[in-house]
Amino acid sequence: MFTARGITKVYPMGEMEVHALRGVDFDLFPGEFVVLLGPSGSGKSTLLNILGGLDIPTSGHVVYRDHDLTTAGEAALTEYRREHVGFVFQFYNLIPSLTARENVALVTEITKHPMTPEEALALVGLGHRLDHFPAQLSGGEQQRVAIARAIAKRPDVLLCDEPTGALDITTGVVVLEAIEKVNRELGTATVVITHNAAIAGMAHRVVRLADGNIAGVVSNETRRGAREIEW
Amino acid sequence: MVGRLPITALDRKLLRDLWEMRGQAVAIGAVMAAGVVMFVTYLSNFDSLQRTVDTYYERQRFADVFAMLKRAPLSLESDLRAIRGVSVVDTRVVADVTLDVPGLLEPATGRLISVPSRGRPLLNDVFLREGRWPEAGRPDEVLASEVFTEANRMAPGDSITAIINGRRRRLTIVGVALSPEYVFSIRPGEMIPDNRRFALLWMERRALASAFNMEGGFNDISLRVMAGVPVEEVIADVDRLLEPYGGLGAIPRRLQQSAWTLDNELVQLSTFGFIVPAIFLAVAAFVLNVALARALALQRPQLAALKALGYSNRELGWHYFKWALIIATLGSIAGVIVGTWLGAQMIELYNQYFRFPSLDYRLSPGVAATAVALGFVSAAIGAASAVSRAVRVPPAEAMRPESPARYRASIVETPRIQRSLGQGARMVIRNLERQPMRALASVVGIAFGGAILLVGFGFVDAMDVLIARQFNDGMRQDVTVTFVEPRSSSAIHGVAALPGVMSVEPMRAVPARLRAGARSRTLSLTGLEPDPDLNRVIDQEGRPRVLPPEGLVLSRMLGVVLGVGPGDVVHVEVLEGRRPVTPVRIAGIIDDIMGLQAYMDIDALGRLMREGRTVSGAYLQVDPAALEPLYARLKLTPAVAGVAIREAALTNFRDVMAQNMNLTIGINVVFAAIIAVGVVYNAARISLSERARELASLRVLGFTRGEISSILLGELAILTLLSLPCGTLIGYGLGQFIMTIFQNEVYRIPFIVTPATVAWGWLTIISAAALSALAVRRRLDRLDLVAVLKSRE
Repeated sequence: MFTARGITKVYPMGEMEVHALRGVDFDLFPGEFVVLLGPSGSGKSTLLNILGGLDIPTSGHVVYRDHDLTTAGEAALTEYRREHVGFVFQFYNLIPSLTARENVALVTEITKHPMTPEEALALVGLGHRLDHFPAQLSGGEQQRVAIARAIAKRPDVLLCDEPTGALDITTGVVVLEAIEKVNRELGTATVVITHNAAIAGMAHRVVRLADGNIAGVVSNETRRGAREIEW
Repeated sequence: MVGRLPITALDRKLLRDLWEMRGQAVAIGAVMAAGVVMFVTYLSNFDSLQRTVDTYYERQRFADVFAMLKRAPLSLESDLRAIRGVSVVDTRVVADVTLDVPGLLEPATGRLISVPSRGRPLLNDVFLREGRWPEAGRPDEVLASEVFTEANRMAPGDSITAIINGRRRRLTIVGVALSPEYVFSIRPGEMIPDNRRFALLWMERRALASAFNMEGGFNDISLRVMAGVPVEEVIADVDRLLEPYGGLGAIPRRLQQSAWTLDNELVQLSTFGFIVPAIFLAVAAFVLNVALARALALQRPQLAALKALGYSNRELGWHYFKWALIIATLGSIAGVIVGTWLGAQMIELYNQYFRFPSLDYRLSPGVAATAVALGFVSAAIGAASAVSRAVRVPPAEAMRPESPARYRASIVETPRIQRSLGQGARMVIRNLERQPMRALASVVGIAFGGAILLVGFGFVDAMDVLIARQFNDGMRQDVTVTFVEPRSSSAIHGVAALPGVMSVEPMRAVPARLRAGARSRTLSLTGLEPDPDLNRVIDQEGRPRVLPPEGLVLSRMLGVVLGVGPGDVVHVEVLEGRRPVTPVRIAGIIDDIMGLQAYMDIDALGRLMREGRTVSGAYLQVDPAALEPLYARLKLTPAVAGVAIREAALTNFRDVMAQNMNLTIGINVVFAAIIAVGVVYNAARISLSERARELASLRVLGFTRGEISSILLGELAILTLLSLPCGTLIGYGLGQFIMTIFQNEVYRIPFIVTPATVAWGWLTIISAAALSALAVRRRLDRLDLVAVLKSRE
């Protein structure tokens, strides 16, 4: 599904250059659940941004099916994000002036074959909180709205950046369950960034990043359910 | 898709965001509305006035060319009619007389104008408002001008006394009338109409002719010129024909007193109608830009998230652009409504100044539509750069928490100063210094409010200057007496002997045409003593000018009109007496306040006329206690054609100006306050949103409400204080600019502001800022600490 080869990303930082990625190869297959593990600054967010069409690599090639994301322009990347990618952010990034339903509608209104906002919210167990504003929801609920928003378009790939980073364990588990459910029931290829090794047990494959390089790949023989995770 | 939602989620966000910042939206909308109000007010008045003028001139057959002469036989009419291009000729008898008006101590001036004994005037037809036409064979019946009867509370049936050739004649007003020739009626030589003391009286021709020995003759003509014929050629032919009969020089319609004044007013209205709103709308666009840029900065995370979700730059740009357009729509609609109301008030003022059969206020759809369009354009200009900058945020930013803003110790913080500054003051200064462009934008915004205020107040100062120059420095005589005919200088002795007269100065006014190349102007040359005490020639600073023994001194504006300067030569064609034509050198140009004046040493003027010292009037200084007997004598002196009283002119001037100024200044103060409040409130609200977290943290750390308020409001106070001198500078420039436009052939008023005016302006801005601060302070007091700290920005 994704084929990334020799990706580097260099950020100019004043007079210095920061090498966020130093030649990474990465593949993602349909229906796969991948966890990107690594300390801060290891380049995992940069990789996710590039996969999600939020950023382009300094060198290397990223191909999603028949789209070459490396050479795509602004408009093509927008189109790609709109049609194929679902994002879940660490800080939810809900629009505070819109209700849960409307936050999801924000996406369903601009895509081709979406679920209804109600369906999407029911999928993450929030069918009863449709008309609440973000400020009236708990952190975990907000993150589940964000997941509903990400999956309502029936994306081909779900990209989650530290989805439980701002949550306590109980709430975090509920959120992870939702992600797991989407991956299982909709078959959406899922990439989750975390620095929490415990979450890695959920994945088909765990990719460790360190200092802009892939430090190791581990495939889990048996996966653990979200419920079994502790940290 | 999601058919149940009547509007898109993005539009909902728009409406809720707008509602959330309704205070700011209203503030910006109000500034925009102010610009639209100005536009609608001025241009609807221009439009209504222009329309009324055109219809009136057409319906009453207002003439194209006017000329006065001493006397010509009726047989000359056919020669006039034979001039190529002339389609209609109307001759009249016109004479100025002294009036004794019941209830008026001082003498008034009446202009008697003949109307045909049968039928209506061929040109310049009179509009009868009330009463009836004078009956043939009743020489005592007259029509009187409406402004005069109104000012003196007279009606048909009342009578006045005219002193005709030294004899008192009782005239009965049988009708109240108006004329296209006197939409603006003013006594010759005055600045402002004095409706109590100047009457137009229409009288049957035979009666009028016999009173002035004009039987079988006339002394005034009006012509209608065929379309396509150059008026200048007709005027040249008329002048040639009238020369033997004491012609005073024909003038085209555009130089006819009333038409010329109206034209000047119309030009001014239309220029003001564009310039003033342009300034307001530019300010509105600026404020909108600043406010939107900062509001969008707060929405950065949301913008990034929306982009990550697949919204394009175009969609998001349009989303935020609509934000501005909604404000513009509301502002424009409010502006058109208020502008229409204000326009109707303003036309009431014109109704007192200019007299038409009816001057109705009308807001044309074109003006309304243009006003709304201008509101939109300024909103679009204001929003464009803010929006396009904001949507360029990289979507990847949605994935990152905001990094702390970069601060550093400010340059003003030397170690010594640092020690003396409190923690709060240090935060204020660093915050201002961190974003100097933003601080500058706020300063400039508030300064515009101050500038507009200064211009408004400055008009009052300008009027005071005008009064001081005209009535205190220049016209120091109590009474000006003009004679029916030029008289020998011995007449001055006669005047000096009148009751209560303490000193007398002679004056000689000579009708003449000044020609410089192709340019010419017909006016009155004023001959004065070289260094008089009473009526002095003064410049804009009030300095008296000593007239040189030879040559002309012209008003700056007349120099411009004729295209001449000191040392140049103009050809003076005298239109009286022996009618000499002589080249005269321009000895000087004077920067004066009045429009078109030409002065000469009275003896030099006598030499030019090839006559001894003659006078056509006198300036008197009078013992106030003896005014009553003096006026009584003047009313009965046959040689006196007119009496002008300084005190009456001054009071009248003040009244008229006060009316005009109150409205203008009221508008200016309100609008300047709107701008100041708008900018300060916006700056404060946005600072509050930006720094709610920081301020709440301080509260948690134990800072009091007062302390955190002073951090936020201290910043505003500094911005406001910085804006004050900037506003004065901008205002001064703006005032100069507007006064340059305001200059016409009638006045040249300098833009002068007194320190008191500056102080009042500053005080108003400070009050407006304090008001906004108070509103923000109330919000600050309600800051929900827990909620602010929990939510990530």
